[in-house]
Amino acid sequence: MRLTLKIWRQANATADGSLKTYELDGVSEDMSFLEMLDVLNEKLNTEGEDPVAFDHDCREGICGMCSLMINGEAHGPEVTTTCQLHMRSFNDGDTITIEPWRAGAFPIVKDLIVDRSAFDRIIASGGFISANTGSAPEANSVPAPRDKAMRAFNVATCIGCGACVAACPNGSASLFLGAKITHLGELPQGQPERWDRVVSMVGQHDAEGFGGCTNIGECAGACPKEIPLDVISQLNKDLRTALKHGH
Amino acid sequence: MASTGLVFIAFVLLHMYGNLHAFAGEENFNEYAEHLRTIGEPMVPYGGVLWIIRIVLIVSLVAHVWSASQLWRRSNEARRTRYAVKKNVHSSLSSRTMRWGGVTILLFLIWHLLEFTIGKVNVAGGATNNPYELLVDSFQVWWLTIIYLVAMVALGLHLHHGTWSAMQTLGFTGSPMARRRAKIAGWVVAVVIAGGFSLVPLFTLFGVITY
Ligand code: HEM
Ligand code: SF4
Ligand code: FES
Repeated sequence: MRLTLKIWRQANATADGSLKTYELDGVSEDMSFLEMLDVLNEKLNTEGEDPVAFDHDCREGICGMCSLMINGEAHGPEVTTTCQLHMRSFNDGDTITIEPWRAGAFPIVKDLIVDRSAFDRIIASGGFISANTGSAPEANSVPAPRDKAMRAFNVATCIGCGACVAACPNGSASLFLGAKITHLGELPQGQPERWDRVVSMVGQHDAEGFGGCTNIGECAGACPKEIPLDVISQLNKDLRTALKHGH
Repeated sequence: MASTGLVFIAFVLLHMYGNLHAFAGEENFNEYAEHLRTIGEPMVPYGGVLWIIRIVLIVSLVAHVWSASQLWRRSNEARRTRYAVKKNVHSSLSSRTMRWGGVTILLFLIWHLLEFTIGKVNVAGGATNNPYELLVDSFQVWWLTIIYLVAMVALGLHLHHGTWSAMQTLGFTGSPMARRRAKIAGWVVAVVIAGGFSLVPLFTLFGVITY
């Protein structure tokens, strides 16, 4: 395959960036998207140009580090992470525009790398449960209803990649927030902190400068883990209940 | 946003139903218009209930537009640099036109009130103290009918997304089934209200409603 790549190049957080065009030949359709970028970077290295900086870690769809806006879609055209996207999803001769996640709360570090610590701060503000340290408790000692456990497991698959924010026209992180609130709120272990959690996590979300949700739904379409929109309804419901009870 | 939106939905539904009295002729329509002012008498003075409704609507409108402007501002601040390429393939047109559609409705609302309530402008030069005559004279003018139809498209879009969005904001759509129902409700509300409102101008333009 022969591709034309338009890639956002930005030297550092404060520099101005721009899209730069590269021609890349000899791309196999069995390569992953990141392998294709590896090939580009080898070429740039030999030509003495600074390689394109992009984030990745596990390359198996579980860590959430790979974060690329590909032709206007977060993680590209398939329902998966960028690392699990393969070049067979593209055609010979395609032009592919690659941009970083764009959100004020995710400042660009370099090229395609953004700083997603805002998510860590949201988690730190309430995305946890209190448990005694020491030996692990017996897993079956706290019964959880099956439907609630299943819902919690499903939304616990959120890997914090930030695609929901990247895709949202409002730059809101409500899907991520809803996934965490639903995950912890459905389980017995999450009950003690449930109402304080939702208030402080929403507060942190807003303080980080993420936008407000207007239920457009681009987030759920972009999410590689198919987190459904009903977690945002759950988030709103929990927030309303918490505020009503003075949390 | 959601609670004031629901106030508007209730209002436009009743308003739309009221307009359909035009099909029953001049006497019936004017009687209805007068009745709006005499409801509750003598418990409340003439026009009292109408004024209560107006105050609720004005307060709701201020709150709605204020919240919308806050969301708009936050959204702009949350993404200062735009994407060179951005696809929106998972969302409805209505969800992406809430803001400019809302502004369109607001502008229309101002014109509409000037025409029928505050200013009573009869573009055909006829009577303005007879509600039915004012209505028929207005909608016999083709460009006024067009303005109303465009506004109804904007209203239909706004309600299509707004209805489901309000349900979601209030936390009533916690399952895929409930979400589907709320989206269907959006369609029904949009078609019934925008469609219902459009009937009177269209039937007047084509000479069915006349005097
Ligand atoms: C007057 C100018 C108006 C403006 C500028 C405006 C703007 C907006 C905006 C920006 C939203 C937020 C989008 C969202 O949350 O989904 C919204 C929501 C909504 N609007 Fe309006 N709107 C206006 C008038 C109206 C009117 C006249 C109605 C009713 C007929 C209405 C009904 C709704 C509803 C039901 C919602 C959904 C509430 C929610 O999302 O929780 N709006 N509007
Ligand atoms: S909700 Fe989905 S898109 Fe958002 S951070 Fe979690 S996995 Fe990524
Ligand atoms: S690199 Fe870990 S999810 Fe893509």
